[in-house]
Amino acid sequence: MRSSVLKHIRTVFSVLVLLIFVYLFIDFRGTLGEKAFGPILYLQFAPSLLKFVIAGVAASTGFIVIIILTLITGRTYCSFLCPLGIVQDVFSRLGGMIKRRFRRYGYKKPYTWLRYFILVLTAGILILGGVYVLTILDPYSIFGRFMTYFAQPVVLLVNNILATLLGKFDIYALYRVDIVAYELAAYIIPVAFLVLVGLLAFRHGRLYCNTVCPVGSLLGLLSKLSVFRIRFEEEKCTRCGRCAMACKSSCIDFLNKHIDVSRCVNCFNCLDSCSENAMSYGPVRLRRSTKKEVTDPSRRNFITGSILLLTGASQLARAQTDPPVPTKESTVREDRLYPVSPPGSVSIESYISRCTACSLCVIACPTRVLQPSVSEYGFASIMQPRMDFHSGFCNYDCNRCTDVCPTGAIMPLMIEAKKLTQLGKAVFIKENCIVHTEKTACGACSEHCPTKACHMVPYEGNLLIPEVKDDICIGCGACEYACPTKPYKAIFVDGNPVHEAALKPEAEELEAAPDDFLF
Amino acid sequence: MKRRKFLRSSLGAGVAAGAMMSFGRYENLFGGKPLPSGADYDLVAVMGGEPAAMFDLGIQAMGGMGTFVSKGQKVLVKPNVGWDVVPDKGANTNPALVKRVIEHCLRAGAKEVYVFDNTCDNWVKCYKNSGIEQAAKDAGAKMVPGGSESYYQEVTIPNGKQLTKTKVHELVLSSDVFINVPILKHHSSARMTGALKNMMGVVWDRSYWHRNNLNQCIADYTLFAKKPALNIMDAYNVMMRNGPRGVSVGDLSNMKSLMISTDWVAIDAAGARMMGKEPSSVEHIALAAAMGAGNMDLSSMNIHRLKM
Repeated sequence: MRSSVLKHIRTVFSVLVLLIFVYLFIDFRGTLGEKAFGPILYLQFAPSLLKFVIAGVAASTGFIVIIILTLITGRTYCSFLCPLGIVQDVFSRLGGMIKRRFRRYGYKKPYTWLRYFILVLTAGILILGGVYVLTILDPYSIFGRFMTYFAQPVVLLVNNILATLLGKFDIYALYRVDIVAYELAAYIIPVAFLVLVGLLAFRHGRLYCNTVCPVGSLLGLLSKLSVFRIRFEEEKCTRCGRCAMACKSSCIDFLNKHIDVSRCVNCFNCLDSCSENAMSYGPVRLRRSTKKEVTDPSRRNFITGSILLLTGASQLARAQTDPPVPTKESTVREDRLYPVSPPGSVSIESYISRCTACSLCVIACPTRVLQPSVSEYGFASIMQPRMDFHSGFCNYDCNRCTDVCPTGAIMPLMIEAKKLTQLGKAVFIKENCIVHTEKTACGACSEHCPTKACHMVPYEGNLLIPEVKDDICIGCGACEYACPTKPYKAIFVDGNPVHEAALKPEAEELEAAPDDFLF
Repeated sequence: MKRRKFLRSSLGAGVAAGAMMSFGRYENLFGGKPLPSGADYDLVAVMGGEPAAMFDLGIQAMGGMGTFVSKGQKVLVKPNVGWDVVPDKGANTNPALVKRVIEHCLRAGAKEVYVFDNTCDNWVKCYKNSGIEQAAKDAGAKMVPGGSESYYQEVTIPNGKQLTKTKVHELVLSSDVFINVPILKHHSSARMTGALKNMMGVVWDRSYWHRNNLNQCIADYTLFAKKPALNIMDAYNVMMRNGPRGVSVGDLSNMKSLMISTDWVAIDAAGARMMGKEPSSVEHIALAAAMGAGNMDLSSMNIHRLKM
């Protein structure tokens, strides 16, 4: 009898997790309440760790849960909770359907040096330089980008086709949404990873997780201490090798009856494959582990060292509260000194040191003002979302992005506080303005301004021309979005490197309403 | 040309059919007084009531909704839903009024009533927070999305000076009767927004209008074949400054008024006066009047004033 219960539990659980995460990233109608995001994202390892260590959010303890889970059960996270891991399982399954030989994995040697080099590099850069490498390699964020960049347009396309069909029957429950691409350069990394992760998963199971993924490598190290493991019942095993063939991690050396626990992702396919019932999952037997542990204390040191280093990063990051120096290469774009970072991000500096570009905010934003950046924050921060006022503007009565961010790059901001948070200041360029160049009325900017920081003042003849009151401007970009001039806008928002407080617009009393018709 | 002819003839047929209807049955529904004789007013203005009640009274003076909507017709009701604000802020047409207008249309025998606007803020939020989506659904109308360019079709504006073609929402073309339900407001650049300016919410590319002489484009649009059969102007809470979005409720003047007219220039002229402006000082009204879109000379009109 095969012990397939664990595998089935894993399959069902992971499919549910995947569905939830897919829904999170295709929910362009914003049906999920703001309270749903926290619990769903709580256990994602890298975002939770970042939020705890760098953003200093004490409640972000999901990563500790994962560490404990790993110490007890091994890399359960990788098969049960990591959306990218589950996606790879889907790819592997597809690969196996297409070619039988893709289904047979067999034991392979680990790329030990490569995987730990990437782990050290990621951790080192995180401590010394910033979040950049983790942004590229965090599995949750890679999954997020797959969804945002590739799945979302497909979802919209299907939605639009359905909406059109229903529209023919006079049903408007669905609505069409224009599909707009991001800036091309932002696709480079997501496309490269789609190819890399996709191909590796298609042919080699979890090779990506066991070679490139820094979260996988870190949890792999921890799992070497884990209590529960997969093990051989030596007396039953016939060395048929089925388990090794079924192992997506290629970590079962069946001839030597050895399992490389650092690569095992607890998928339990091996248990399912064993016709002799010679494999089981349970507490480790002491005699084996003590032997290993004694011979290799350096690995332990590495683990404690890296955890210590990661904690050290928090002080480093907290010390950097000064705004970044405007260096032309990294932030200046023609007429804009600074890009505009989303509300709740507090400052560009802290934002770019915390964001892993999972792009959930890009999907959650109802006005599509959040767009992946290319070089606006500097090339190292590519894909981190910025406020792009050519794509949309920040809705005055909305703080959805502040509800969804899992890494603490965008911190929660109550709606009333958000309305008084100045992300940047509008700058008027009279030389571009229709009123000045064409001598005709326009005022689209002022029309859209929610605070009337952008207001109209008398100009030549009967005309009115915009003027900006800095202190009540919140930098929402409605003016810039609405400005009709091409190719350059006559009004644009220059970002505040550190968000400031805007004043409340003041109002005088109006005259009493007339009590009779005035005609 | 074909479309224009068709629209003209169908509109004529609609009005004729409506006029032939017996009004007795209709009035009973609302418990109103019998129709005043010779009810062809240029403008009906009501003051002092709640929006729905004022409309009941006003439309009766106009001869009832049956004059404009006949059995089996598809009606488009176009309120102003431009902004993601609650009804109290006075930036969008009052939802209670929209609801009442729809109810009258359905009672007059409309087969289907549609409501939409190409909003300025995110349309999903505007529809929801303006209260208009709910009001429309409660009244039995269909709230139709307008947030994608694919809903808009290019049409030509014959003899437009600046605006010769524009993309209008498919509903404008497919509906039999078009009812314009603007809210009267201050507007930062057009000075005032009412019936004429409300048409910027049926087209897709507003920024073209802004780039190419805004006031002339607003006036040019009146040349487009599909004109509103009826204009209903919400002047209950009138935004006197900081329009068209408004900053706070302090911008509002509680005028408790409503105007109804088939002439959109006339209704805008009346609106301008309510805001203390000369109609001729609002450039798009003056341009539209000069182009023959309607009459802005209020002194020459047969105006029916009602107080509640």
